[in-house]
Amino acid sequence: MVYLTRKIEFSASHLYHNPALSAEENRRIFGKCNNPHGHGHNYMLEVTVAGEPDPVTGMVLDLKELKEILEREIAGRMDHRFLNYEVPELAGQIPTCENIARVIWQLLEPKITQGRLHKVRLYESADIFAECYRNGANYA
Amino acid sequence: MSGKLKVVFGRRYRFSASHRLYSQKLSEEENCRVYGKCNNPYGHGHNYVVEVRVSGTVDPATGMVVNLKDLDRFVQGEVIEAFDHKSLNEDVEAFRTAVPTTENLCKEIYQRLKHFPLAKLERVRIEETSNNAFEYAGEEIQDRVTVR
Repeated sequence: MVYLTRKIEFSASHLYHNPALSAEENRRIFGKCNNPHGHGHNYMLEVTVAGEPDPVTGMVLDLKELKEILEREIAGRMDHRFLNYEVPELAGQIPTCENIARVIWQLLEPKITQGRLHKVRLYESADIFAECYRNGANYA
Repeated sequence: MSGKLKVVFGRRYRFSASHRLYSQKLSEEENCRVYGKCNNPYGHGHNYVVEVRVSGTVDPATGMVVNLKDLDRFVQGEVIEAFDHKSLNEDVEAFRTAVPTTENLCKEIYQRLKHFPLAKLERVRIEETSNNAFEYAGEEIQDRVTVR
């Protein structure tokens, strides 16, 4: 098995607010991320696909194709967007790094038909990331 | 489908400390040969970067595996306060006997963090310099050392 990783960057704004909680609880749990006007990040996404290299092309998946999928499915939806209001897949969820990574997994999994999606890692900043990987997969 | 997905949260922390690599099980000459300039009796220091990874289910109310304020407070209390601007050999009980290599530091930090009550500790990764990194994920997963 060979693991292929491609990175893509996008910039977006968000805020954390749960309408089921009081204003005070929202402030206590989410701190400055609860600012009603939102704030933004440069997100760095790393997507890892696992598979065997094709004997003819030597590729698990054409990187060009993976780039196109990431640009269309992820950057096309999220780049320069306000995640709470402009990304329907995140509607009703707090757009934390964890939830965005999970939505990215759900968007990409059906689109990757050569190899299998192995891992999605989303950096919100250089020091914070969330990742999803297939249950039981080798955590590498 | 989301129920089958494991979500891991990672956060990087920094501390600066000094150490000296010296094994009581080796002769002076062997210590010098094995550890080279890291055996300098006065010690030397590093800016360590510690990456802590925890996993769990995403709380639907908060969208979080763990609130990073809670993780920060725990790591600060268990690790940063104990190690930052300290001599690992002199100020950390575990390194009065064990050699404070970054391999052993990974294990020590893992032991200190594995009782975090709000999420499961998956892995501790330490960058001693920008060229050396070490990881420890407990005994159930084989120890790993990576050199970039």
